[in-house]
Amino acid sequence: MLVLERVSKEFHGRRSLFSARRTVSALRDVSLAVDHGETFGVVGESGSGKTTLTRLILRLDIPTSGRILFEGDDMARLSAAAMRRLRARIQIVFQDPYASLNPRMTVHDIVTEPMLIHRATLGLDQRSRTARAAELLAMVGLAEQHLHRYPHEFSGGQRQRIGIARALATGPALLLLDEPTSALDVSVQAQVLNLLHGLQQRLGLTYVFISHDLSVVRYICDRIAVINGGEIVETGPAQDVFRNPANAYTRMLIAAMPDLPAL
Amino acid sequence: MSLTAPPLPDKSAQAIAAPMSASRQAWRRGLYRFSQSTLSIIGLILVLGLLLIAVTGPWIVPFPEHVTGSIATANRFRPPSAAHPFGTNELGQDVLTLVLAGTRVSLFAGLAVVLAGAFVGTVIGAVAGYAGGWVDEVLMRLSDLKLTVPGLIFAMAIAAALGPGLVNMVIAIAAGWWPGYARLVRGEVMSKKEEMFVTAARALGASPGRILFRHILPNVMTPIIVKMSLDMGFAILTVASLGFIGIGVKPPTPEWGALLSVSRNYMPDFWWTAIFPGLAIFIAVFGFNLLGDGLRDVFDPKARR
Repeated sequence: MLVLERVSKEFHGRRSLFSARRTVSALRDVSLAVDHGETFGVVGESGSGKTTLTRLILRLDIPTSGRILFEGDDMARLSAAAMRRLRARIQIVFQDPYASLNPRMTVHDIVTEPMLIHRATLGLDQRSRTARAAELLAMVGLAEQHLHRYPHEFSGGQRQRIGIARALATGPALLLLDEPTSALDVSVQAQVLNLLHGLQQRLGLTYVFISHDLSVVRYICDRIAVINGGEIVETGPAQDVFRNPANAYTRMLIAAMPDLPAL
Repeated sequence: MSLTAPPLPDKSAQAIAAPMSASRQAWRRGLYRFSQSTLSIIGLILVLGLLLIAVTGPWIVPFPEHVTGSIATANRFRPPSAAHPFGTNELGQDVLTLVLAGTRVSLFAGLAVVLAGAFVGTVIGAVAGYAGGWVDEVLMRLSDLKLTVPGLIFAMAIAAALGPGLVNMVIAIAAGWWPGYARLVRGEVMSKKEEMFVTAARALGASPGRILFRHILPNVMTPIIVKMSLDMGFAILTVASLGFIGIGVKPPTPEWGALLSVSRNYMPDFWWTAIFPGLAIFIAVFGFNLLGDGLRDVFDPKARR
């Protein structure tokens, strides 16, 4: 469903009077394939290139080299109109539920905005947008009475649910989960993970789950890729990687994991 | 006819039944912070008083005919008395009447200048901050260029070119008023542009216009409003300055700066002709500055001294 072929991304610093232009290589030759309906984990420390990867998949940035294919289409070759339609199919849930919702918009406006932007594709009038927003809120465990409140009136876990409702609004096929639980309390983390799991079952979603939290990854992911310094060092089914890590860096990450009772 | 008041609900029971929404609470806290500062309250009272005078001006002045320029030379240069609390001027007009009528002119001109400046500055700053690159360079160098010319001189030049009149004067001052807003808004837009909710909107495929007007600008309104209220005093002062040097509103329209300008010939013997328009300018500038300070404390507690 989502295929990355030897994707690299370099960032260029500014050339100053006294130094040559500095080039930072954020991703090097990253190849991976995410299958329909699975949860694909991308594990790495901060600074490993995880965020760059999400920005490339969302096409907020353009890869320096390599191709990204979604459902067989090369994103770089899509027309502007086709790219717009594709944006409805790939959505993201951000790490920080406080910063990712516009504080000046009501929950109703936040959740209906994606439908408004893609009204040409979705064909929903105002009334059905509101109805769908209420439906989405129910789906993520909130209620219709929350529609006309503002984000700051909600707790972190509730806000993350609003973020999930927004991401689901256009009926996407692929959801990028950029550390969706790392800013939440442990007890709330489990609730949100269970919600995400249930939604996947119900809606047949594909997840790309980006995290540094190995215990969460192990719990939710089918396959994982370990990323270090912009390169994928190991990839495989989650259980295999955890049982027999092939790469030294992966072993180090797993060794650093707090001990858990055997799963 | 009598109305029976419904029994007042018990306050504590009400609080338990319906917890205040968080935005209401934020308002309450802001209001509380504002009311804790005596100076802010004084500012608010002064500004509200001035607004009241500006609105009701023509109906409350003791000698309405003096506003339109009628004169009574037999009565010239009377010192303050019961009939003329602020005395009369060289044409026998009641100074209190002129000062009260001038409130409307000065407040309107100041408000128009600030609104026009804020609007133009916001548009320019938002475009510069959002577009970045060479667009930003060009717009910001243009505003730097404007800032190299002293505001009053710039306004004088334009006002002189446009000719006298209230509207022309407003245009002249506003033409030089925008760079402050442009810089403020540019900075705010640049920082909001990196916010996560903007990235979210971009990932949704929102157009630049939607991102700017729906997501970024509503989140930069507060500092703009605070700057506007702080600027009001200075705008009124600039209007009065132009009136004082004789470019701007012409008599018989009563304008504080123009009143002051005429009366300086009769100082110090007929001091009341100058003191009262001067005091009016002072009170207006003082009131708006205090109010602006108070608003800033409410909206941006971090900036408190």
